[in-house]
Amino acid sequence: METLERILREHKFFRDLEPQHIELLVGCASNVRFSEGEFICREGDEATQFFLIRAGSVALEINTHDRGPLVVQTLGEGDILGWSWLIWPYKWHFDARCLDLVRAIALDATCLRTKCEADHHLGYEILKRFGHVVVERLEATRLQLLDVYRVTP
Amino acid sequence: MALAAVAPDVLLPRPFAITRYVRDTHDTFTIELEPADGGGPITFEPGQFNMLYAMGVGEVPISISGDPAKPEKLVHTIRAVGPVTKAMQAMGKGDMIGVRGPYGSAWPMETARGNDLLVIAGGIGLAPLRPAIYWGLAHRQELGRLVILYGTRTPHDMLFRKELEKWRGRLDVSVRVTVDRAEPGWKGNVGVVTTLIPRAGFDPVDVVALVCGPEVMMRFCARELVNHGVSPDRIFLSQERNMKCGVGLCGRCQYGPTFVCKDGPVFSYERVSPLLGKREL
Repeated sequence: METLERILREHKFFRDLEPQHIELLVGCASNVRFSEGEFICREGDEATQFFLIRAGSVALEINTHDRGPLVVQTLGEGDILGWSWLIWPYKWHFDARCLDLVRAIALDATCLRTKCEADHHLGYEILKRFGHVVVERLEATRLQLLDVYRVTP
Repeated sequence: MALAAVAPDVLLPRPFAITRYVRDTHDTFTIELEPADGGGPITFEPGQFNMLYAMGVGEVPISISGDPAKPEKLVHTIRAVGPVTKAMQAMGKGDMIGVRGPYGSAWPMETARGNDLLVIAGGIGLAPLRPAIYWGLAHRQELGRLVILYGTRTPHDMLFRKELEKWRGRLDVSVRVTVDRAEPGWKGNVGVVTTLIPRAGFDPVDVVALVCGPEVMMRFCARELVNHGVSPDRIFLSQERNMKCGVGLCGRCQYGPTFVCKDGPVFSYERVSPLLGKREL
C-alpha cells in the first residue's frame, strides 16, 4: 500500500534517514496536486512549504517587464521544489508554474522548522540534504551562464 | 604510427559530389555526398570522421553523421564557424568536395550489446552520435534501455528536430531534450543536460554511456555519471582538437600522450579523465 511514510522513506532525498525522523517528517507531509498552468508559488511570497515532485513538470520562472516570464529551469519527477523555506527570510525566489498535471508531497515549513529546532540531529540531516540541492542548482546555473554551446570560430 | 606504415594515398582527397543539402539551423547544415571518381563508398564505424576539403580553401575534420548501415550515402553535419566550413555552407547540390577518411576511433557499439545504451549529446555533438543512435535502433533487441539525452543552447539551435520527435514517439526509446535558454512558446525542459542524468532511468552498472559536446559539458556529464555509479571505463567521450593530417603524422592534435586524430576522437573517460580540464593541453 502506498503510504506517505513509504513514499518518503523510499525517496532518494530522504534515503537512509533514521526511521524516527521519517515519522517526524510524515507528520508535516501531505499529498497535493496542481493543474496545468497553476502556480505552486510566486516570487516574494512566504515560503510555507517545499515539495517532492512525484509526477509532472514545473517551470521555475522569473517575470521580466520587457520579455515576459522567463523559464530558468524545469523540475520533474524526483526533484525537490523549494529551499527558501529553510533559509531566512523564507521567501520564494522564483515563480513555479505547472507545465502539466503535477502530483507532489508537500512538507509544511513551520512544522518542519519546529521539529528541526527541537531535534538538531534531524535539523543537521535536513540542512545537509538541502545544501546538496542548493549546490546542484548553483552548479547548473554556472554551467548555463558559461553558454557552452556558443559558437567560437 | 611509423611513417612507412602510412599508405601513400592516405592524404589524398577523393572527389565527392553533394547530392543533397539540408539547412538544419541558422548556422548548421547537412550534406549528403556520393563518390565522383567511380570508386566505392566510404564505409565507417559510428564516431569516425573524414577530412573534408573545400577546393582551394582548406580542409577540416568533420564527423560522419549518417547511418553506418547505409555507407552509400555519406552524410556530414557541419557548423559554419571558419572559412572552410563557411565555404561549404555556400555550396549546393552538384558542388564537389574532397574527402579522405574515415579516420579515428569509433564508439564501442559492441560493448553496448546486452547493456543499456545511454547517449548524451550537447549542441552539435548530436551529429557524431547520430550514427551510434542509428546503430542502437538497428540493434534495439540486443540492448537494454536506449536513452537519448540532448542539451542545446536554445530551441532555435536544436539539431535533427524531426528525428528527435520520431525517436521520442517510439515506446522502446527514451528521449529527453533540454535547452539552456528557453524562448517564448518553448514547452520543453529548461536547464543544462547534466540535470537530465538523474531522471534518465538507466542501470548504472550495466550501461554504456556515449557523450559528445563541448568539452566542459562532457566533463560535467562524466562526473555526474560517475556520481551515479557508472564506472569510468563505461563512459566514452569524443574529443575535438585542431587537426591537420588526420593520421597522426603532423602532431597538431596532440592531446597529452595521444593524438586525437588516430587515438581518438573517441576515448574512454578512464583514459582521459586526468587530461580533462588541464590548462594549455
